[in-house]
Amino acid sequence: MKMMRTALLGTAMAVLSGTSALAAGHGCDVTEGRINIVGNEFPAIQSVAAAALSCANGIDAESNLTADHQTINLPGMQGNPAEYTSAIVANSSIVALINEDVIRPLDDLVAMYGQDIPARQLITIDGKVMAVAFMANAQHLVYRKDVLEQIGMDVPTSYEEVLAAAEKIRAEGIMENPVGGAYAAGWNLAEEFVNMYLGAGGAFFEPGTANVSINNEQGILALETMKALTEYMNPDYLTHDSNATSAEWEAGNVALMNMWGSRTGVLMDDEGSEMAVYSNTVAGGPLTVGDSGVAASTLWWDGWTVAKNISDAEAAATFQALAHATSPALLNDETMSQAVWLMDGYEPAPVNEGVLATVAAGANPYPMLPFMGLLHSALGDNLADYLQGNESAEQALADVEAAYTTAAKEQGYLQ
Amino acid sequence: MKHSAFFWFVLPSAVLMLLFIALPIVSVVTQSMYAAHEQVVVTVESCGPFGCTESTAVDQEATQALQDEEPLGRFVGSEIYTDRNHLAVGEIGTAWVNADGLPDFGRALMNLPFYNALAFTLAYTFIVTPLTIIAGFLIAIAVNSVAKALKGPTIFFSLLPMIVTPLVGALILFWMVDARGVLGTALQWLADDPSLSVKADTTLMWIMLMVYGVWSSAPFAFVVFYAGLQTVNQDTMEAAVIDGASRVERIRYVVIPHLMPLTTFVALIQLMDNFRVFEPIVSFQAQAHAFSLSYAIFNDLQGETRLLSSAAATSVLTIIGVAILLSPVLVRTYRDFSPRT
Repeated sequence: MKMMRTALLGTAMAVLSGTSALAAGHGCDVTEGRINIVGNEFPAIQSVAAAALSCANGIDAESNLTADHQTINLPGMQGNPAEYTSAIVANSSIVALINEDVIRPLDDLVAMYGQDIPARQLITIDGKVMAVAFMANAQHLVYRKDVLEQIGMDVPTSYEEVLAAAEKIRAEGIMENPVGGAYAAGWNLAEEFVNMYLGAGGAFFEPGTANVSINNEQGILALETMKALTEYMNPDYLTHDSNATSAEWEAGNVALMNMWGSRTGVLMDDEGSEMAVYSNTVAGGPLTVGDSGVAASTLWWDGWTVAKNISDAEAAATFQALAHATSPALLNDETMSQAVWLMDGYEPAPVNEGVLATVAAGANPYPMLPFMGLLHSALGDNLADYLQGNESAEQALADVEAAYTTAAKEQGYLQ
Repeated sequence: MKHSAFFWFVLPSAVLMLLFIALPIVSVVTQSMYAAHEQVVVTVESCGPFGCTESTAVDQEATQALQDEEPLGRFVGSEIYTDRNHLAVGEIGTAWVNADGLPDFGRALMNLPFYNALAFTLAYTFIVTPLTIIAGFLIAIAVNSVAKALKGPTIFFSLLPMIVTPLVGALILFWMVDARGVLGTALQWLADDPSLSVKADTTLMWIMLMVYGVWSSAPFAFVVFYAGLQTVNQDTMEAAVIDGASRVERIRYVVIPHLMPLTTFVALIQLMDNFRVFEPIVSFQAQAHAFSLSYAIFNDLQGETRLLSSAAATSVLTIIGVAILLSPVLVRTYRDFSPRT
């Protein structure tokens, strides 16, 4: 009898350990519903989407990761049933989805399947969970250690110091255009102004309203600093987006630039550039402008949402798969350095230090306002005239305000 | 042809034109007269990985109620047409009163997005169209006089710009004129100015876009003229030779009059094509220097918040522009083909 009991216990133990081994190896198993994820295309998001799709067991599961995700996520979620069950968005692009009411509050799903998600990952608006963030991103200084040593200057902490260092690098004949930056007319240029204006201590709107107010001292300081920087940039800067700016860096033409944390990994690996360039590339902290003491950068998160116009089973499947894909289970040697992950168990790599320094410096998050997208577009369309010397800073800012106000009236934010 | 036979003959194309041309235009015109509802905006607290902030959000329930009441949006009539981002009636009035002379008024006008786009679009249309016709004609004359054995390959190479996808062709040129590209470096050497950059200079960028426009559409004009050249009456040609006409005179007095109706056709197509210039601006990333009406429409639809009514209004204005532009050519064609009394 005793032997029998021992044998039974042994079997039970084996079954138990077997189950837990299965759970550790797979961790999620979704057998009902449908998963279809749309999102941007870079390594961190690719890892998340792949992990989410691996949860699907016998159900339709696909992802559409593309740089054009913003133009397709809204139309793809407006239908009923929606084509996409989830969109991976950032704090700027979630606004368009909320404005059009195509994503669902996640509170009940969090209660059912997501008790393990730490509160800091939950994006709540008016008390309702609308997205789950999994990584942070920000722009910060990237510099060439060897070039700064050569001119004998410390790592710049403000744009004024960047300008001084740039002048010295040019004067010593090391580089003709030592400053880089994603200043391509349109979204990129507007983003640089947003950083600079917040760094100068400005606020975009009159508090609590959609009335824009940027034609002020801070706005002019931001524009003048940007123009001063462009004097040290490749003359084609108005066509350089983040990709082109990274290429300039890898070609060894640039020593100082404000760049996205998510792109520093590419700059510091041994692909695409010579050893002298990549081994001396260092991610620094955020820069300041003027004497406001605020970092001239914005904090961004990337997170996932769940569509509104889908069945509850599809929503549950999507939620479970993505919750698993953005849990500590995602982190391994390969994925660890892909981003500044917000999950527990994340260990920062040198490439991510810039973003962490920006968070630590208390930079402002990119404003999550329904009408911020309109202002961003207006900025992108109207600032190039000033940088090219066609008009004054006041005129450029007045044009932005006028273009924004017209668009905001059309969209019903202003009367 | 019997009336009933004619009716059945044109019915399919009439239905398709109604469905895919007329109806969308009606829908665009309707859209341009409606704006989004007044948004019910509430102050909320939004929290995330970087802490909580006071922010604003759209009140979905209140907005939904408004939307159910008037699904099309709020009727605004011509308000969008006259606002600053389109015809800017009010701004022009103010600029006219405040302007210090005509040049100052011109500057104020060019600062308004619609007139800025219109200026580039018209300049592009009126420079590229005649140059395309001249280039196409010259290529056709040249190819026509090439030895028979070489004709095939010559025609193939002359057609290449049309075979290459416009976006790809423009991108290739974009990298060639880069400050570090083949053409860019050559230009710097020619001008003896190491800081010269086509992409940084508005005038050079305009020239670049127009050169690209002629390059990419000259083959079309060439094909049409080349076909026309094959139908030139050889008896007339021989008579001209016997009369002692030189080659230039033969072209001037025999070939060109023969090709005139074709020129009208090419001009018509090219005016329409060039007025909606778009791809080169995208591929040359020239939006800081050149803004066309079609690019303005694209730009409105591309932002994080899509400006549907604004894009619709610009579309309607573009259609009106094309109609005005084509009217002289259409009147001329009508006169040419109507029975003479």
